Amino acid sequence: MGDNNKKGGFSGWFARTSDTNLLLTITIVVFFVMYIGAMVFQGGGFLKPQTFLHILNNNGALIITACGMSLVMICGGIDISVGGVVALVSMSCAVYLDRDVLNPEKYAEKPGKIFVALLIALGIGLAFGVVQGFLVAYLEIQPFIVTLAGMFFARGMTTIVHTDPFNVSNEAFVKLKDTRVIVPGLGSVNRKGIYIDAYVEIGVLVALLVVIVLFALLRWVKLGRGFYAVGGNPQSALMLGVNVKRTKFLSHLICGLLAGLAGFVYFMHVGSGSPSHASGMEMNAIASSIIGGTMLTGGVGNIIGTLFGVLSLATIQNIVASAGLGEAWWTGITIAGMLCIFLVIQSVIIAKKKKLLTK
Amino acid sequence: MKEKAVLELHGIVKSFPGVRALQSVDFTLREGEIHALMGENGAGKSTLIKVITGVYEKDGGEILLKGIDGPASIHSPQDAQNSGISTVYQEITLCPNLSVAENMFIGRTKGLATNWRKMNQDADKILKSLDIPAKATQQLGTCSLAVQQMVAIARAVDMECKVLILDEPTSSLDDSEVKKLFGLMRDLKAKGVGIIFVTHFLDQVYEVCDRITVLRDGKLVGEYEIKDLPRVQLVSKMLGKELDDLSDIKGEPKEEEENANEVPVLEAHQLQSNAGIKPFDFYIKKGEVNGFTGLLGSGRSECVRAIFGADHVIGGSVKKNGKDVKIRKPLDAMKNGIAYLPEDRKIDGIVGDLSVRENIILAAQVLRGFFRPFSKAKTYEIADEYIKLLNIKTASADTPIKSLSGGNQQKVILARWLLMHPEYLILDEPTRGIDVGTKVEIQKLVLKLAGEGMSVTFISSETDEMLRTCSRLVVMRDRKVVGELKGDELSQSNIMKTIAGHEEEKGGESVE
Repeated sequence: MGDNNKKGGFSGWFARTSDTNLLLTITIVVFFVMYIGAMVFQGGGFLKPQTFLHILNNNGALIITACGMSLVMICGGIDISVGGVVALVSMSCAVYLDRDVLNPEKYAEKPGKIFVALLIALGIGLAFGVVQGFLVAYLEIQPFIVTLAGMFFARGMTTIVHTDPFNVSNEAFVKLKDTRVIVPGLGSVNRKGIYIDAYVEIGVLVALLVVIVLFALLRWVKLGRGFYAVGGNPQSALMLGVNVKRTKFLSHLICGLLAGLAGFVYFMHVGSGSPSHASGMEMNAIASSIIGGTMLTGGVGNIIGTLFGVLSLATIQNIVASAGLGEAWWTGITIAGMLCIFLVIQSVIIAKKKKLLTK
Repeated sequence: MKEKAVLELHGIVKSFPGVRALQSVDFTLREGEIHALMGENGAGKSTLIKVITGVYEKDGGEILLKGIDGPASIHSPQDAQNSGISTVYQEITLCPNLSVAENMFIGRTKGLATNWRKMNQDADKILKSLDIPAKATQQLGTCSLAVQQMVAIARAVDMECKVLILDEPTSSLDDSEVKKLFGLMRDLKAKGVGIIFVTHFLDQVYEVCDRITVLRDGKLVGEYEIKDLPRVQLVSKMLGKELDDLSDIKGEPKEEEENANEVPVLEAHQLQSNAGIKPFDFYIKKGEVNGFTGLLGSGRSECVRAIFGADHVIGGSVKKNGKDVKIRKPLDAMKNGIAYLPEDRKIDGIVGDLSVRENIILAAQVLRGFFRPFSKAKTYEIADEYIKLLNIKTASADTPIKSLSGGNQQKVILARWLLMHPEYLILDEPTRGIDVGTKVEIQKLVLKLAGEGMSVTFISSETDEMLRTCSRLVVMRDRKVVGELKGDELSQSNIMKTIAGHEEEKGGESVE
């Protein structure tokens, strides 16, 4: 066994690398193979940088929820309420900002303020995180059950806040929503010969910031390493002197808070409130995490992997759509296929590594 | 607190539902001593340790620590670590998904952030000084069990501690690693650290320890200087029998018909399972009652589990009536007419929510195949027959088994296997936790079955029970068969001597 430390070449690297880094490498390689494949075989839009930036623009909120999800999953839990929270947040913000839609006489003079909307978003997320975290960590109820209840509650509340979908016309907000951050050097020239700047939305910057902060948290902060320890083996973590309950609580709290933030980013992207917003987002977040190398059993995962997981998921959707298979079920089927392939690759590789080590 | 004591326990009480695991235990650990905590499995050693380290909340009593006025309040492993108690647990309690260095430092560094470079350097230094063949950055799960155990020890030793607890740390280590550990323990002892050492290897106790505390059934038996307590005495203390009154209680001698040509009902050759027992030979003849004896945890149950295929068999062969048979899983054994009453009836025996009747017919039904069910009337007939035969006290055949008393549950499981009409019946601790009357009934039944030609292996923690029923005893120590006693050799004192290993003859025998 000790030989693996000295073995050079691929098999030595393979045996030495931690599970987390191994799965991360696979994810990144697969993403690039897929994207370059799309550039080569489908060409067209995939050659333009803006296509890639649009993938980011459309999935800012998903990146944030998926990061939170990865964190909870690394800690050995799961949170399926995030989609519901996103819907509730965007509906609440929409209703707050557009109070004059509901009650024109009273609020026409005083439009809602954006930072208050942001506080509402974070507050809702935090509330979900705290309650769910408390139930999971201190009352030791299964996280699946707790967050399932949370999901139904959030969806129900969304409809109570407002029943019908509507677009927000608050001026300050519309301005914010349409803000484009120009990415220099990536623009392209259209058919008429006019140069068009490439841009990303503010939400994307927020999402990337979240990725960086969480990456640092998981890598360098003691709490972050605690998530890995608890997810790897909670009993051992306890014996090693980690506060297991508090760690679990904080994982749910952060995930809830991020769901609130994601709700606001989602709201900035769509600019409307609707009870059917973000339906199935929790499942996409889980799928992205898994594709990104986070294991459902806990203790293994990486935020950068999750980012690439989201990008892979979105890219495959784009490939399917641009291949002319626009119907919704095709996307579903490809995602299902992709998940299967990734799970098989992961378990095969981990098993192979075990075999190599016990040899 | 007494002079020089670093840790004192007074009247520690701990109960679990239905069990009093610790009953008013006192314990004193002095500065700079290695103190062995001895007792059979289930005597309360691990519970006591988990109370000290705050994994379990004690129900009563107090813990005194040097340098702290009044009773120490230890409610979690963190509290224990902070008060200078570091521990290596019996099971490896590290996180396999983290790196070696992280496992050594997590939960005990100050500050908010992790300084990887410093942590890896420190870890490498410790690994090097202890000669552990691992890298600081390596994922722990990729190391062998022995290395993982050494990492756990390195972690515990590196902490500035007053009390070091080692709970069976040597079970996965080889001789040279054990030597290294002992050297380390002596160094720490010289520095004034008090060490609690739990092990089931008697040789190791006599090699490094200064004093011994013996526990039995959750009670304190006594505290002894090592030189005042020879091995045989120690074993007798652990088993709870004074050597003096070990007059042989054996009844009428059972005649052993020495018939060399008779083919054994079952013969195992160099059988080995993944449960960690050394390969062993075994045979049993028709109508014979034999038994495995040894301290709890010496591998008695693992032997019979290997025969029954309940653990994964990794080597050796089994002959049934002279013919080779392959037993890979319990069903194979059942098809060959072997029945096994497991040691832990709650886990391996009863199906709690099913009725007495369903529990009785379970094994027979499995053998018959699920597509040919017994008729309901037939199952009632069978159930009623056995309830009467074994005198099972139950409201009706339809009562869920979990509402019966322990002894009656045991009888139901016994009925299940008797219904199979096995040629060879293995009874692993059939009399544990049941009242005296039922014990005698079961012993009588065993002898009656043997008289009818059934071969029975009988395992019990109570040696006199074994002496009463068995005509041949296989003695085990440290997961290895160390002797066989039959005929006139069967006596309490002989069994104990064999378990302890004859000191006068021993000398050269190596540490297992």
